[in-house]
Amino acid sequence: MVMTFFKPLDRKLIRDLMRMWAQALAIAMVVAAGVAMYIMSEGMLRSLGDTRDAYYERYGFADVFAPLKRAPNSAVVRIENIPGVRRAEGRISKVATLDMPGIREPAQEKILSYPDKDHPAINRLYLTEGRWFRPGARDEVLISEAFAMAHGLKPRDKVTALINGRKRDFEIAGIVLSPEFIYALAPGAMFPDDLRFAVMWMPRSMLAAIFNMEGAFNEIVLHMEPGANRDQVIAKVDEVLDPYGGIGALGRDRQISHWYLSGEMEQLENMGRVAPPIFFAVAMFLLNMAVSRWVELERSEIGLLKAFGYSTRAVALHYVKFVMVITAVGYLMGAIAGTWLGRGLAVMYQEFFHFPFLYFSMHGDMYVIAASISFAAALIGTWHAVRTAADLSPAVAMAPQPPTSYRRSKNDRWIKKALGPTRMILRHTFRWPVRSGLTCIGISMGVALLISAMFFQDATETLIETQFTMIERQDATVSFIEPKPQRVVENVASMPGVMVAEPYRYVPATLRFGSNERRMFIRGIVQGATLNRLLDRDLKAVDVPKKGVALSTKLAEILGAGLGDVIEVDVREGRKPTLLLPVTMISEVYIASPAYMDLKTLNRALLEGDNTSGVHVMLDEAYADDFYAMLKDTPSVAQVSVKETMLQAFRNTLEENINIMNFFNTIFAVVIAVGVVYNAGRISLSERARELASLRVLGFTRNEVSYILLGELGLLTLVALPIGVVIGVALAWLWTLSLDTDLYRIPLVISSATFGYSISVVLAAAVGTAIITQRQIAHLDLVASLKTRE
Amino acid sequence: MNKTSPERAISTIPTLEARGVSKVYQTGALEVTALGGVDLSLFEGELVVFLGPSGSGKSTLLNILGGLDRPSAGAVYFRGDELTQFDDHALTLYRRDHVGFVFQFYNLVASLTARENVDLVTEIAINPMSSDDALGVVGLSHRMDHFPAELSGGEQQRVAIARAIAKQPDILMCDEPTGALDIKTGITVLQAIEQTNRELGTTTAIITHNATVANMADRVILLADGHIIEVIENSSRKRPEELSW
Ligand SMILES: Nc1ncnc2c1ncn2[C@@H]1O[C@H](COP(=O)(O)OP(=O)(O)OP(=O)(O)O)[C@@H](O)[C@H]1O
Ligand SMILES: [Mg+2]
Repeated sequence: MVMTFFKPLDRKLIRDLMRMWAQALAIAMVVAAGVAMYIMSEGMLRSLGDTRDAYYERYGFADVFAPLKRAPNSAVVRIENIPGVRRAEGRISKVATLDMPGIREPAQEKILSYPDKDHPAINRLYLTEGRWFRPGARDEVLISEAFAMAHGLKPRDKVTALINGRKRDFEIAGIVLSPEFIYALAPGAMFPDDLRFAVMWMPRSMLAAIFNMEGAFNEIVLHMEPGANRDQVIAKVDEVLDPYGGIGALGRDRQISHWYLSGEMEQLENMGRVAPPIFFAVAMFLLNMAVSRWVELERSEIGLLKAFGYSTRAVALHYVKFVMVITAVGYLMGAIAGTWLGRGLAVMYQEFFHFPFLYFSMHGDMYVIAASISFAAALIGTWHAVRTAADLSPAVAMAPQPPTSYRRSKNDRWIKKALGPTRMILRHTFRWPVRSGLTCIGISMGVALLISAMFFQDATETLIETQFTMIERQDATVSFIEPKPQRVVENVASMPGVMVAEPYRYVPATLRFGSNERRMFIRGIVQGATLNRLLDRDLKAVDVPKKGVALSTKLAEILGAGLGDVIEVDVREGRKPTLLLPVTMISEVYIASPAYMDLKTLNRALLEGDNTSGVHVMLDEAYADDFYAMLKDTPSVAQVSVKETMLQAFRNTLEENINIMNFFNTIFAVVIAVGVVYNAGRISLSERARELASLRVLGFTRNEVSYILLGELGLLTLVALPIGVVIGVALAWLWTLSLDTDLYRIPLVISSATFGYSISVVLAAAVGTAIITQRQIAHLDLVASLKTRE
Repeated sequence: MNKTSPERAISTIPTLEARGVSKVYQTGALEVTALGGVDLSLFEGELVVFLGPSGSGKSTLLNILGGLDRPSAGAVYFRGDELTQFDDHALTLYRRDHVGFVFQFYNLVASLTARENVDLVTEIAINPMSSDDALGVVGLSHRMDHFPAELSGGEQQRVAIARAIAKQPDILMCDEPTGALDIKTGITVLQAIEQTNRELGTTTAIITHNATVANMADRVILLADGHIIEVIENSSRKRPEELSW
């Protein structure tokens, strides 16, 4: 029965939809942008999370890692006997450098032992190409895929390593992936550099022979029993390993690859859990606004239907159907685009992280959530507007439109001063303060979203500028396998091309303040440093304090310590002293969260001579090749990091996470900004078509009439711009908070270009709308619009 | 109920009764009294014409009697039930099941054709005639599939009348049904209304500015300034085709 009721109404619905298709599409696009954004990021995040977990599970990623100096194989049993430990394995872990023809400086490599035959239970490898070790084979290695790909290495290729003081050739048996090196990061490096960092696995017997480690190991990896307490296990492991030179076991959470991967996924998550809801909320707000304004337009039709005896519910249902169609189209476009983009992104990240497989986790509940919210927002807007219209008595609702009573408002005195058409604009704007206000907010949200999306570029450039030209001014950093006496610095300084050489020291330590603690490296810096400097909170270069410790802002925040507080520092190397140090400076750093001490003070506290972990150098580019070539033959060198490549690695990292998400943010922000402005203009036109046509009939020119309509849009846009800027800055600030992790933080810096661009996009949308609307005003059918009474 | 009304040929049973009905519009500081306490009965099957200057409250009164609006004070009874006590739903049913309207401003749905505009009402009516027949009665069979914008003002008005009579209502309210029409079509339209009144016994109220139309009424009610100033009873009704203006 209901269906037969609605036959003529359904026809009206279809005709109205066809008539308003452009506007309906603009609303649908806004819905689509919100939905796509949500499904894309949610789907991608869940896919990555599920894939990582499955990867860890299948390849037996260790729960705890414990490096030590040297222990006999029999010690493994003692670890396995610790309650809560399911199984433990000992292995040999060493560093070496590789002489690769593709790069001028030596590449750093981590070498791990792998059982000669069989596979370990912990940290198994995934073979992507080639084969496993041949029994009894000598000089065969497995090599990490990222490095192999960066250098185009294939199985059977040879590589030359400088290992334990000797150059040696190895043949690549296979190319592998490891759950331990999803994020392949050289020790001490901050960002992955696939060209310069390799992980290699060698048959255990061979590696033991090279390093005289037969029957011994220098690292324990273990799996815990489900539900075991990790901190207790770690404490026990440390106890057992202490006599063997254990430097402290790490839980999985502190394992470098996992830690960075988690950090990066957390950032993606922040991007994905903050931006889409904001976009979604804005889209829903616009949907709600557009729908309710559109239904308001139908006031007299609603009155008419009610006069005939249609119930409010029946009338509401008619409009609900209309809005549902638009929402459904938007939702479908959004869901399809979001699924497609989410998969695309997940595949991209799979390659970036070198996952051996990928689970797509585009779960049904995401779609249900997105659909429920979209339809609810549309329904609420429709229902509210229909109710408002239906609550009027039909006689009032049907009354011809002109009884719009323009109030003599407080602003009237200056409104009166305006010229005729301008007066109409102002009266109309103030007549509907809520509507004008909402439109204004809608437009300002467009500006705000754009600013908040685009400021990343500014912020990361500032970060790079601060980190790579103000803090790290060296061209390259040479680190040694073992700390070396300071006179080595002179050796480095006399190498070809070296203009300045500056020693530094890295000491592993646990910093503790109150109940907060942090395992990290303390960086020893020389007085008057020119290559690796500290910045104070105003970003001015300063010397490291001679006494006490300087904390980076983030570290101070983590520890909850401020200037003058005394923190406890457990050194985890050498004699392992425990130091009590006052915080004598807070230093601004955007990448990582370091702590600094004066190099001399640090060495004195360690009761060691003038030791250094490495040297920062400034190079004469003309001799740089000679310098690097020489390093390739220097056995004591663990790693050479070149600032330019570090910067490149950092940019790549940004590219891989922030920039890609941000690209979508920007696109969706543009869609939303354009959608808002276009809708605002179109709805105003529909609302006032009759009035404008009457004016034309009265002899107003096309331009005068356009001015009346577009003047209002222009006025609202102009008011919206500064509001949008304020909201945009607030959103950007929210971003900096949500992206504030150990890995890096972005400063709240917004360039005038960003402001300019954001405002321009919205202005362009307004101008575009104006042009389209102007055309429609030109085609306004004067006779028809006066004749029919809708 | 016990009001002494003159003996009527048609009926003494009132379909609609208004008791002290007033309507005050509040626009900002301004108060407009559109109706100032109107007492009135419309009897079963009679045809009443309302006359009065512009702004005298004719449309307001008709809207209140038709259940489109509520009075500021006073009561309206439909067959003894107090309409003014009806809730929204009951009022909706009253309009749907009993009242046919012709609006002063036609109020056609622009995106529906003439026939579909009539369908809008026949879809929910209890005992409607077909839309085609209704449009035939007002002489618009050849324009059924045109949209309002493609119709002349008079044609739109006739669609509005077809829409009102199509449901074969108990009460027919016509607000200036001939306002835009020439004599010939005006008479066609009035014939359609008169025929509905005569054949179905529909209580009919017509607002007009054309005094000649008053000749086809059983009673003529004159309004001025929101009050009934005179009620004229015609001893005999003229047929619409006998009217001349
Ligand atoms: N919504 C409203 N707000 C304020 N005043 C109103 C409203 N509707 C009607 N009026 C006023 O009430 C009075 C009666 O109006 P009504 O429409 O009933 O007159 P009418 O007799 O039908 O006139 P016409 O012959 O011109 O149609 C008029 O003075 C009108 O200005
Ligand atoms: Mg009137």
